[in-house]
Amino acid sequence: MLAAGTNENLAHTSNVLIYSAMAVYMLAFFAHIFEWIFGSRSKVARTAAALTPGGSRAEAQGNAKDAGTVTIKVATKGGGTTVLERPKIITRSASGSRDVPDGPGADGGDVQGDMWGRIALSLTVLAFIIAAGGVLTRALSVQRAPWGNMYEFSITFSTVAVGVYLGLLASRKLNIRWLGLPLVTTVLLTLGLAVTVLYTASDQLVPALHSYWLWIHVSTAIFCGAVFYVGAVSTLLYLFRDRYETKLIAGEKISAFATSVLERLPAAATLDKLAYRVNAAVFPLWTFTIIAGAIWAGSAWGHYWEWDPKETWSFITWVAYACYLHARATAGWKGRKAATLALIAFACFLFNYYGVNIFVTGKHSYAGV
Amino acid sequence: MGNTDTHAGRSRADGADRGADDAGPPEADGAPGALTRDEADAREIGAAGSQLSTAPREEPLLSGPTLGPIGWFRWFWRQLTSMRIALLLLLLLSLAAIPGSLIPQSSADQNKVDTFITEHTTLGPLYDKLQLFHVYSSVWFSAIYILLFISLIGCIIPRTWQFVGQLRGRPPGAPSRLTRLPAYTTWRTEAAPEAVREAALTMLRRRRFRAHVVGDAVAAEKGYLREAGNLVFHVALIVMLLAFASGSLFKSEGGKLIMEGDSDGFSNTLSQYDDFTSGPLFDTSNLAPFSFSLDDFVGTYERSGPEVGTARTFQADIHYSAGPRDGEHKGVIKENHPLKIEGSNVYLISHGYAPSVTVRDGAGKVVFHGATPMLPFDKNLSSSGAIKVMDGYRDKSGKKDQLGFAALFVPTFGGKGQMLSQFPAADFPVLNIGAYHGDLGVDSGVPQNVYQLNTKVLTPFKDAKGQILKQSLLPGETMKLPGGSGSITFDKGPIKEWASFQITHQPGELWALGGAIAAILGLAGSLFIQRRRVWVKAVAGPDGTTVLEMAGLGRSESAKLPEELGDLAVTLLPEAPPAPEPDADDAGEKPAAAPAEHAEGAEK
Ligand code: HEM
Repeated sequence: MLAAGTNENLAHTSNVLIYSAMAVYMLAFFAHIFEWIFGSRSKVARTAAALTPGGSRAEAQGNAKDAGTVTIKVATKGGGTTVLERPKIITRSASGSRDVPDGPGADGGDVQGDMWGRIALSLTVLAFIIAAGGVLTRALSVQRAPWGNMYEFSITFSTVAVGVYLGLLASRKLNIRWLGLPLVTTVLLTLGLAVTVLYTASDQLVPALHSYWLWIHVSTAIFCGAVFYVGAVSTLLYLFRDRYETKLIAGEKISAFATSVLERLPAAATLDKLAYRVNAAVFPLWTFTIIAGAIWAGSAWGHYWEWDPKETWSFITWVAYACYLHARATAGWKGRKAATLALIAFACFLFNYYGVNIFVTGKHSYAGV
Repeated sequence: MGNTDTHAGRSRADGADRGADDAGPPEADGAPGALTRDEADAREIGAAGSQLSTAPREEPLLSGPTLGPIGWFRWFWRQLTSMRIALLLLLLLSLAAIPGSLIPQSSADQNKVDTFITEHTTLGPLYDKLQLFHVYSSVWFSAIYILLFISLIGCIIPRTWQFVGQLRGRPPGAPSRLTRLPAYTTWRTEAAPEAVREAALTMLRRRRFRAHVVGDAVAAEKGYLREAGNLVFHVALIVMLLAFASGSLFKSEGGKLIMEGDSDGFSNTLSQYDDFTSGPLFDTSNLAPFSFSLDDFVGTYERSGPEVGTARTFQADIHYSAGPRDGEHKGVIKENHPLKIEGSNVYLISHGYAPSVTVRDGAGKVVFHGATPMLPFDKNLSSSGAIKVMDGYRDKSGKKDQLGFAALFVPTFGGKGQMLSQFPAADFPVLNIGAYHGDLGVDSGVPQNVYQLNTKVLTPFKDAKGQILKQSLLPGETMKLPGGSGSITFDKGPIKEWASFQITHQPGELWALGGAIAAILGLAGSLFIQRRRVWVKAVAGPDGTTVLEMAGLGRSESAKLPEELGDLAVTLLPEAPPAPEPDADDAGEKPAAAPAEHAEGAEK
């Protein structure tokens, strides 16, 4: 009885932490909004300059021309002594892409915008730590991994998604601060849905769910989902940005709002490449997730694969991502068509998580709703 | 030349570059005129960029042959094995899998299918005709994946030969203008061209490039594992498919319900199964001769909290023997922990109670004594069943008759007269019995459900009010049948439990697992490894120094290529130290010098 009391306290603590995290995410959301608003004041408009006929076309040509020529930087220090330096590597833009510079980011190079962006990022880190605490206490209160029902799955999933974003930022390999606003928005939506509709009091798992394969299977599924999410957002923005660049080249009119938002994003080619790298990097893990699931099903139910709705949708998601990867290697399919496939694939992933749990009954009926 | 499209793409960027030179109209980027530039550029890189992958060449769909049937066949085959059709088939496969997740499937739940058909009088038969109740074994679903796998085989074989050819051959020589490549660097050095090439060759080989000297340049290539991984992945898909196919052809699977302490238990012969299915090629005489019996079933349930009644553990303690010459072993089967005996897996599937009763005839003679398994119908194990007294019973006039009892069992009685259990453990067991007599129909040869009574053909015993005789009994209590027809007693003592097991034998499991592992490894190789080429060109310049050029070519997504080229250049620098900066502009020299700051701006 004592233990049960402790557990209920922990579960309560977890709820308080999740609500607190939501409050901080909300603040981060507003800070991001300010970032975008202040950023809209800046008049950098590099993309337009690079692409519109006339205008400051010279700048773009300057860029491209340099890319075609050659240099080696050898610094000379008094008396003509040559000092070795890392040679400059001249790169050219990737295949099929326009030579367009990346946008300056949400803050548009504006000092105040940048400040709000930093505030938003700090708040996101804080909210992430609080939410991670919420997930951890939840796990401790139920004494198992925190994904036994849809409520737990949601809080863990959103926390991992933010973790992936912060991890990518920290690695400094990719500049993805522009992802902040869409990410925080969706995390708030997910958490809101979790605490209102999906909430389930702490409970234990039915015996079929006691398995370390489940632990592996679900944790990798959550991680894959979080990474696929990042891929999907950049794919979506790629589609917008690509249309924007096309219109710019064609000299069509674009609304001031769209210009203000889209010109601050990275170039379409950059977004596309990011989406590919993210999706491709996690595809083998998704394959593994499905196989781990099959192994678990084999030991729990005696069948590795029974076309249970959850299995079926995992398979559909997998094939859809394989389609996307193939499309990128197929002439006539790369670019927008492939991007659409990637979005469909992510929609399949989402349906597998929400749709199948709510609308379809199958053996994976641990939804708790 | 699987990647001509790559060149085309790259040269579009070129359009902008040249645009600066000839100050042409900016629209030239997308204009048809750019095509010739694309072609020129493609020719520029030429063989150097060819065969960076073994992907099949794309051909326009419309170029139908004018040849006879053989021509048509070849055309059809080429289409089938093209990337475009593979993509289409993959898309179709994912679409085709959807209905099976939304429409009830007979493989999962035949009852649901039947209900669906009776509820939807128009859709039901239509769905049935379209094989939508067994999507994954339907003709159209099979057609898609069989075509896909034919396409896959037709794709892999030539790709494998091509890849072997590439492994045997050597990296192609440098294109005439290295500046055209996606990553490029150059400097002048005082080392002799031969020495530079020699140093570059050693350095590249040490870095595990396949490298050789062609003309005045070293040509090197690395990352063949990407292609190998890709081929392994696709082959592994075929292995997995074959493993599943042979698994379902040769598998056997059956269910068996066993009561605690049942001395007979189960031995693995066809007649012992309650139900049995097997693949078309399974030979029933091949059933492994093992046997097992259930000693004890233990189920524990949550006693408090919001999820009261949720099962915590299920465990079946058994005795088994692998064959007639094998001794007895103790074993435990839990959910998630099947027992492997002689290549078969024994799974614990479900469990329930088997209350024991004693039936006496009018003279007080025991005509039936034993436990009868009841099937649970809710999560608190409210169960129903039928107790059948087939022979030995004689009614009060001494005539032979059969008795049937429709039974409802609750392990924890709620006390409100309703036969619905409050908790899954046997805390307060109650057995409710309705009594019938007549022909049970066991001898008629028609298969009948052992858990149900066909009350339509039976005559109910009536109570004083003329209702069907029905009574709820506590352990030890007895219900008397009217007019001295006998009695039935719910025996005292712990309630026996039963467990049902599924016994599966599925060959090909290991092949499937091996295929799966190979697929993941191959995929990782295919997606994480970059295949790239590097050329190091060294020629004597007009001023007596050596002009060294390095360039790299990868597939479009090679973000790390410039970085790697930089590393290679740094490694090469000590062997080819830069010559001091010459006096200002030697404009005629190629490559021309440009201000370093600008170049920096162009870097991505
Ligand atoms: C059975 C279903 C198939 C699946 C699940 C599948 C999956 C994949 C995946 C995940 C990749 C990696 C993509 C990348 O490297 O970016 C790939 C590459 C490839 N696949 Fe498939 N594939 C299938 C069938 C086929 C078929 C039928 C063909 C033949 C036409 C084919 C030809 C290729 C080729 C040529 C590549 C390499 C593309 C490149 O060089 O980037 N695949 N496939």
